[in-house]
Amino acid sequence: MTEVRRFTHGSRIPGWDDAVDFSKDPAVVPDAATTPVPEHLRAEIEEYMARYPDFRSASIPALRAAQREHGWCSPLAIEQTACVMGLTPGYLTAVGTFYDMIETQPTGRQAIYVCTNISCSLRGGDAIYSAMLEAAADDSDLNVRHFECLGACDIAPMASVNGEYVGPLEPSDCATIIADIKAGREVLPDKQLRRRPSAHTIAKQES
Amino acid sequence: MELLYKNIDEPGLNTIAVYESHGGYQSLRKALAMDRADLIQELESSELRGRGGAGFSMGKKASFLPKDKMDKYLVCNADESEPGTFKDRELMQKNPHQLIEGLIIGAHAASANCAFIYIRGEYDYVADILDAAVAEARAAGYLGDNILGTDQSLSLVVHRGAGAYICGEETALLDSLEGKRGNPRLKPPFPANQGLYQGPTLINNVETLSNLSHIVRMGAKAWSELGVKNSSGTKVVSISGNVQRPGNYEIELGIKSRDLIYGLAGGPPDGREVKFWFPGGSSAPILTAEHLDLPYDFDSMAGAGSMLGSGAIIVIDDSVPVVDVALKLATFYRNESCGKCTPCREGTNWTVHMLERIDSGEATPMDLDIMASVQEHITDHCLCVLGDSMAMPISSMIKYFRPEFESHIEAARHRNDLGAPPSPHPVEAVGSAAAGPYTSVA
Repeated sequence: MTEVRRFTHGSRIPGWDDAVDFSKDPAVVPDAATTPVPEHLRAEIEEYMARYPDFRSASIPALRAAQREHGWCSPLAIEQTACVMGLTPGYLTAVGTFYDMIETQPTGRQAIYVCTNISCSLRGGDAIYSAMLEAAADDSDLNVRHFECLGACDIAPMASVNGEYVGPLEPSDCATIIADIKAGREVLPDKQLRRRPSAHTIAKQES
Repeated sequence: MELLYKNIDEPGLNTIAVYESHGGYQSLRKALAMDRADLIQELESSELRGRGGAGFSMGKKASFLPKDKMDKYLVCNADESEPGTFKDRELMQKNPHQLIEGLIIGAHAASANCAFIYIRGEYDYVADILDAAVAEARAAGYLGDNILGTDQSLSLVVHRGAGAYICGEETALLDSLEGKRGNPRLKPPFPANQGLYQGPTLINNVETLSNLSHIVRMGAKAWSELGVKNSSGTKVVSISGNVQRPGNYEIELGIKSRDLIYGLAGGPPDGREVKFWFPGGSSAPILTAEHLDLPYDFDSMAGAGSMLGSGAIIVIDDSVPVVDVALKLATFYRNESCGKCTPCREGTNWTVHMLERIDSGEATPMDLDIMASVQEHITDHCLCVLGDSMAMPISSMIKYFRPEFESHIEAARHRNDLGAPPSPHPVEAVGSAAAGPYTSVA
């Protein structure tokens, strides 16, 4: 029979692993006097807050800025963001856990998202994902994830490497991608989406 | 006829100098000289339908906003996450000023003074291009206070999301833009009355807004003559999946689907046939090879029981088992369900479980009926259409490919050595053992 997946304490439901400590008071807005925030991070978050009619709108850009600073949205990163924005850490944690690109668990700084949605998997996206995992081995600096449709089905199967879209990929490209990242080079320059003419233009030239 | 994709690959089209050399921002001058009511009338008579998925008349939507003087918002939905859709990405990356010009025209029609482009977080490099274009437009005086000496003022902020399919739903997008979790809101009140920051808000897709400058330039009448009745204008179609030349193609609505899939995209690889296809992103009910001769427009797709949606065609050839596609699809919607409404949260989850049973051979044909009934219970029972987006294609797959589902179960059961199939009619099975063959009393 099918194995039932179990989480902490034999629970069938994920996400309830971290017990709440009811003896503690709820976290309040961190005190600016006792929460050191890097000056450039503070400036960046304040700039985001000034863009919107309501400063709360800046919570996603602010969390992403803190993530760039710390590598992931650690409790410290959230506390610093909360301190600058004048919000509780709980509010920002609630927001952060909703979005896929906000990492609330420790992970590598180099984000490699491999698309495994319908259009990519029809053209071998799943094989690319396993090849990428293999190529990355257990390097703790790399964050290899399979991702929902990244909106580049014209270059399927594809991956987003630190925001740069590359494709169509062969499984052998994965090792090159990892090597390019480690060497600090541009990733697969001849397979980058931004340098590719649109299919409409190619069809027009051929006809 | 190409409008949106004209000169699309010209180097430097993303800069204001090249865009203006092709007559860019001339429509804006024309639109700003028009009265707001006349502009809305022009948009309504162009019969431009929203390009994001719902296909609602853009001019009508703009006319719903209250006329009183207050802060009004225009939000451009660039959270293009529908699997198979990638037209907005290319439009924004290669011709960002076309969107900005259309956005200012839209803001004038809605008399909005504050605009946002909500772009999905994964499109970081596109957002950088947009940011640069917005700065150029601001420096040229197309954004800011009293644009070109008129009383229309507009601020524009490019807001980057952080990866959530649900934020493409308009009310979830508004919540996300307000800095909350992206949960959809109950409608009504509709965003036109209470949207962003509880103010009147007009929300439009990238492609819809990109069309505005062309409508103003050509005039609504000439523009609406493109395409066919009820589906006027051109459409950028994203074709992907098992085709030889996947990509974006701009077409006039109403051309034959076969010409799109076989003509422009080259059809499936040699020796393969089209098994089924999604006409409007993975949320649209599937169509089969026999529908290939239908014209590709809003009404024909709706008539065939599907929808044009975002104009994203995903082609699946006969080498792919339908169960694989169904499982991939259901898993996606389960992961992306925000969890606010029970039918969607539980329905997507159980559909995945049932499909996994089918894939492993533990299911019976009766499970297909249960699965179909689960889809019925999801449809129309939630705040937004995310659940429906899974329910509609899954039901249509069961409708068209039921024998394949059944033989898939049978094959998987043999492969995994699970023994005799469970009886599909347990009550009859018990009855026949106890009292001989069951005969119905007429």
